[in-house]
Amino acid sequence: MEQLTEIRWHARAGQGAVTAAKLVAETALAADKYMQAMPEYGPERMGAPIKAFTRISPDPIDIHCNIEHPNVVIVLDDSLLDVVDVTEGLVDDGTVIINTCTPPDAAKRSLGVADGVTVACLDASGIALDTIKRDIPNTPMIGALAKVTEAVDIDTVKSLLEVTFGKKFGQEIIDANIASVDRAYEEVVVA
Amino acid sequence: MAEQKTVATTGNSVVAEAFRQCAPDVVAAYPITPQTTIVEEFAKIVAQGRVHTEYVTVESEHSAMSACIGAAAAGARVMTATASQGLALMWEELYIASGMRLPIIMANTNRALSAPINIHCDHSDVMGARDSGWIILFAETAQEVYDNTIMAVPIGEDPEVLLPVMTCLDGFITTHSIDRVQLMDDDSVTAFVGDYEPQNALLDTDNPVSHGNFAGLGGPYFEFKKTQRLAIDCSKGVIERVGEAFSKLSGRPFGLIETDMMDDAEVAIVVLGSTAGNVRYVAKQMRAEGVKAGLVKIRCFRPFPVEEMVSALSDMKAVGVLDRADSFGAEGGPVFLETRSALYDLESRVPVVNYIYGLGGSDVRLDLIRTVYTDLSDIAAGSASLHGMQYLGAR
Repeated sequence: MEQLTEIRWHARAGQGAVTAAKLVAETALAADKYMQAMPEYGPERMGAPIKAFTRISPDPIDIHCNIEHPNVVIVLDDSLLDVVDVTEGLVDDGTVIINTCTPPDAAKRSLGVADGVTVACLDASGIALDTIKRDIPNTPMIGALAKVTEAVDIDTVKSLLEVTFGKKFGQEIIDANIASVDRAYEEVVVA
Repeated sequence: MAEQKTVATTGNSVVAEAFRQCAPDVVAAYPITPQTTIVEEFAKIVAQGRVHTEYVTVESEHSAMSACIGAAAAGARVMTATASQGLALMWEELYIASGMRLPIIMANTNRALSAPINIHCDHSDVMGARDSGWIILFAETAQEVYDNTIMAVPIGEDPEVLLPVMTCLDGFITTHSIDRVQLMDDDSVTAFVGDYEPQNALLDTDNPVSHGNFAGLGGPYFEFKKTQRLAIDCSKGVIERVGEAFSKLSGRPFGLIETDMMDDAEVAIVVLGSTAGNVRYVAKQMRAEGVKAGLVKIRCFRPFPVEEMVSALSDMKAVGVLDRADSFGAEGGPVFLETRSALYDLESRVPVVNYIYGLGGSDVRLDLIRTVYTDLSDIAAGSASLHGMQYLGAR
C-alpha cells in the first residue's frame, strides 16, 4: 500500500468538487488502478464549505475510513483558506493546489506548511470563465493535479471528459472543459 | 465464466443494476436516505424501458412491503430497498413476508435509528430485523453488494428455502462511495438467476390456495413456525451451493464467513460489512509487528454460520467481536452474543470480548482497530483480563 495516494478536496457546494473527485477516480480506473471517491455527506446548500475524498492505489484498497492524512489537498475556492484548516493532517511531503490569484510563494507562507510541502497555484476560476464561461473551476484543477502530481495522467483525463461529459453535455461544453484542462496544465505555478 | 466489465460505480448503483439484470416483475419502494439513489436509478431504468418491471410508488415503507407481499403472493418476483426508519416501519410486514414464505429480495442500506436523528451508517436497523425470518447477507464492498444481490435471487427462490432475503450495505460508506466493480453480462445473470417458478401463487387459478390464514388456538401455528425454522436452517446449504456456482461464474470467492490470515492466527476480530477492510489493513500491519492477527468476516448473518465460526475461532487465544449496533440491556451487541454462544460448547474456553463501534457513522479509524488487536494480544498473553462490552473510541 506504499503507493496509496489520498486526496482531499475543499470547495463550496456547487463548484463541482464531487464531479471532479469522481472524474479523478475514473481516470485512475482507466489506468487499471484501484480507487475510491466519496463526498462527505451532511447538511448542504449552495456555497457552503464541503469536502470530498479520493483514494488511488495500484493495489486493492481495503480501508473505508475518512482520509485524515492526505497526500494532496485541492482547494477550489481561496476564500475557504480563512474559514477551513485546509492543511489539517497533510503529510510533510504533501501537495496543496489552490485556485487563487495569489502567487505560490506567498500562498505557501500564509499556509505555514512544512518546507517539504509543494504548493501550487493557478487562477482556475479565470481559466473557467475564459473557457467554460462559468466559474466552475473543477476541471482546471484536475489539469493542475495532472501537472503537479502523478496521481492522474492528462491525456486520460481529457479522453474521459469526452466520455463522461458526453453523456450529459454537448460537444461545445466538452471542448471548453478540455481547453480548461490544457490551460491549467500550462499555467499552474509551483512555489 | 461470465463476461465481465470493470467500472467505477457506487454500491447503490450496482444494486439498481443487479435488480435490472435479475428482472423483477414488481418493485414497490419508498425513498429514504441513504437508499434513495437505488430507487431513483431503478425508476429511471424502468422509465427507459430497459426492464419490464411494474414499479409501484407508495406512500410509506409499510405500504412498500405490503405491496411487495401482495405481489409476491400473487406469484411475482419482487424486489425493494430501504434503510433505517424505513425498515423499522416495515417491521410487522417483515414477519408476514417470511411467514408466508415469499422470496422477496430487499437491499438495506444500513443507517442508524432515531433518536437522536442521524443519517449515517450503523447496523441498528437490520439488527432489529434479525429475528424476523429473513436471510441476511452483508457486503464489505460494492462488488460484494452486486454479488450478494444476484445470489439472493436463487437462494430465496429455492423450493427448499422460499424465504425473503435482505442484502445489507453500509450507508454512505458503501452506498455512495465510488468503487471498482466488475459487472457480469446480462445473459450470464439471466441464466444464473433463472426463471421464477412461484410455489402456491394466488394467480395460479388452476390450483387455488389461500395465504396467511387464521391458525389460532389448536391450529397449526406452532408447527408452521417449526417448518419456517427448518427452512432457514436448510437455507445454509443452499446459500453455500449458490455461492459455489456464483464463484465459478464470476471468479470471485464466496463463503458464509470469510477468513483472512487465520491459518496460524492467535487473536482474531469478527466483523460485518465495510469495516472488515479496515480490520484487514490493520491485521497486516500487526502481522508485520509480530502479532498473529486474523480476521473473520461474516457474510451471511442469518442463518448464523455456527459450525464455520466454531471451526475458525476454536483455537484462538482471544477473540474481539465488533458490533455496529447495541442490544441495549444485553451483555453485548448481537454479533458478540451469537459468537460467544457458538463457542460455548467447546471443551476449552475461548476468551471473547465485545466492542460497540461506529454508531451513527462515527469514523472507524485504524488506530481504533489497532486498540482492539492490542487488547486481544494482552488477553492472549495473560497480561490483561477479559473486559465487559466497551464503546470503542466513544468520548
